[in-house]
Amino acid sequence: MGSNVVNFKTGENSEQENNAVTGTALHYRNISKQFGSNPVLQNLDLDIAAGEFVAIVGRSGCGKSTLLRLTAALEQASSGEITHHVANSGSSGDTRFMFQDARLLPWKTVLENIGLGLRGQWRDTAKQVLQHVGLLDKADVWPATLSGGQRQRVALARALVHHPDLLLLDEPLGALDALTRIEMQQLIEDLWRENGFTAILVTHDVPEAIALADRILLIEDGKIGLDLPVQLPRPRQRGTAAFAQLEATVLQRVLKTPSQENIPEIPTPKNITQLKWAW
Amino acid sequence: MSSITSIQPFRKIVAPWLVPIAILAIWQLAAQTGWLSSRVMPAPSAVLLAAWKMTLSGEIFYHIKISFLRAASGFVVGGGAGLLLGLLNGISRKAETLLDTTLQMIRNIPPLATIPLVILWFGIDEAAKLFLVSFGVFFPLYINTFHGIRSVDPGLLEMARSYGLKGWPLYRDVILPGAMPSILVGVRFGLGFMWVLLIVAEHVSSSSGIGYMTMNAREFLQTDIVVLGILLYAALGKLADFAARLLERWWLRWNPAYQPQ
Repeated sequence: MGSNVVNFKTGENSEQENNAVTGTALHYRNISKQFGSNPVLQNLDLDIAAGEFVAIVGRSGCGKSTLLRLTAALEQASSGEITHHVANSGSSGDTRFMFQDARLLPWKTVLENIGLGLRGQWRDTAKQVLQHVGLLDKADVWPATLSGGQRQRVALARALVHHPDLLLLDEPLGALDALTRIEMQQLIEDLWRENGFTAILVTHDVPEAIALADRILLIEDGKIGLDLPVQLPRPRQRGTAAFAQLEATVLQRVLKTPSQENIPEIPTPKNITQLKWAW
Repeated sequence: MSSITSIQPFRKIVAPWLVPIAILAIWQLAAQTGWLSSRVMPAPSAVLLAAWKMTLSGEIFYHIKISFLRAASGFVVGGGAGLLLGLLNGISRKAETLLDTTLQMIRNIPPLATIPLVILWFGIDEAAKLFLVSFGVFFPLYINTFHGIRSVDPGLLEMARSYGLKGWPLYRDVILPGAMPSILVGVRFGLGFMWVLLIVAEHVSSSSGIGYMTMNAREFLQTDIVVLGILLYAALGKLADFAARLLERWWLRWNPAYQPQ
């Protein structure tokens, strides 16, 4: 049960930043991570600006979740360094992680789950955040009675109640149905715009990445293979030509990536937007 | 005609009791006609009468109290030790390496096999009974607590740590509640062993308690009191199990499997 969660190196305020900028800026230098003899990330360099929304895509097993877990210090890099710089000197500098499964404590009510790790008079704050995700009426029920989408909303509320400067999302919507997923994406975007944290989203879903992110990163061969800014105006309409074109570009780029297995055949150009390259 | 619907549940309530009532009736009849000797089996009415007489004299409460205290103290001592060692070994790998093998070896000794030694060590006093009951209760609680702690969902632990929980809050909010279903299974097993060992211990020798009451009655061929003693053990066992179920209902009320239908 060895835990290697360490305190984050929060930024010194030597470089006085713009007051309007909030969130955590991240600098990855020469990050390598191997599991046994299997290298996952190799000398990866990356900079993420404070307040930025970054989506990371890539094939299954490419190391995108690993990068996220290294960022949260849930795991330690084999070599290299990740520096966190909190833009607003007055804020907590907290990092919060949303897992693929909601990981609510089943023996605590929804409200108590949100209050996890809070001290003092937390109930009112927790209720406010719960109202924000639209589940105030579920405050006193057990998580077992919630649907998958509701559980992820509670998990989101639990992360946001701490006013994090960095929110890490590890495919949190992967198990949800299509409609709930779009609702949740809107909710995440709204909350990000209101709160101004840095967000890193790992996803399999290219439309999701395009709908939410300022920047899409593709990880291949343990490195950043593609760093594509998304300049569509927010809120983003899924049906537009620009959206579809960007989606096709990203998908094609991802599919071109040589993989250990055979590259799946693309049946028709029409279907390409619905195609997933990894499960 | 509308009474058909009300008859249905009535039948369901009465039907399961028909066989026990019939057995009691036949038994009573057989005893009264002398076909069943009261030396073998007293009539149900005789058992009831014995219970009534001992209730009036207060004797029955005295024996129940003594037996209950013996069971409870053995459960607290043995169960408490099992719980603590289970927690310790569940949490600390070092403690597990050091202690678990020893405990697993001792576990293979049937508690009842130690009776001759126990009598040599503690005589036939309360200490001997306390030791036997504690010994029997210790292992179900130890094993289930240990297993419960080791099977807490690692995902929840990781989540809780990433939310800054450590030390006592981590145990209180995550590890203990996660291990609780397993610990309560241990409690119910422990309660079962507790009564078995108490009965044996009280029959080895005692000057009070339900076991003494029945042993004494046997000397005087008072089968009604012997049967009463057996029924008292059964009732106490049922009561303990019922209490454990209530604990499950309350502590595991978050778990859909333990919610009342």
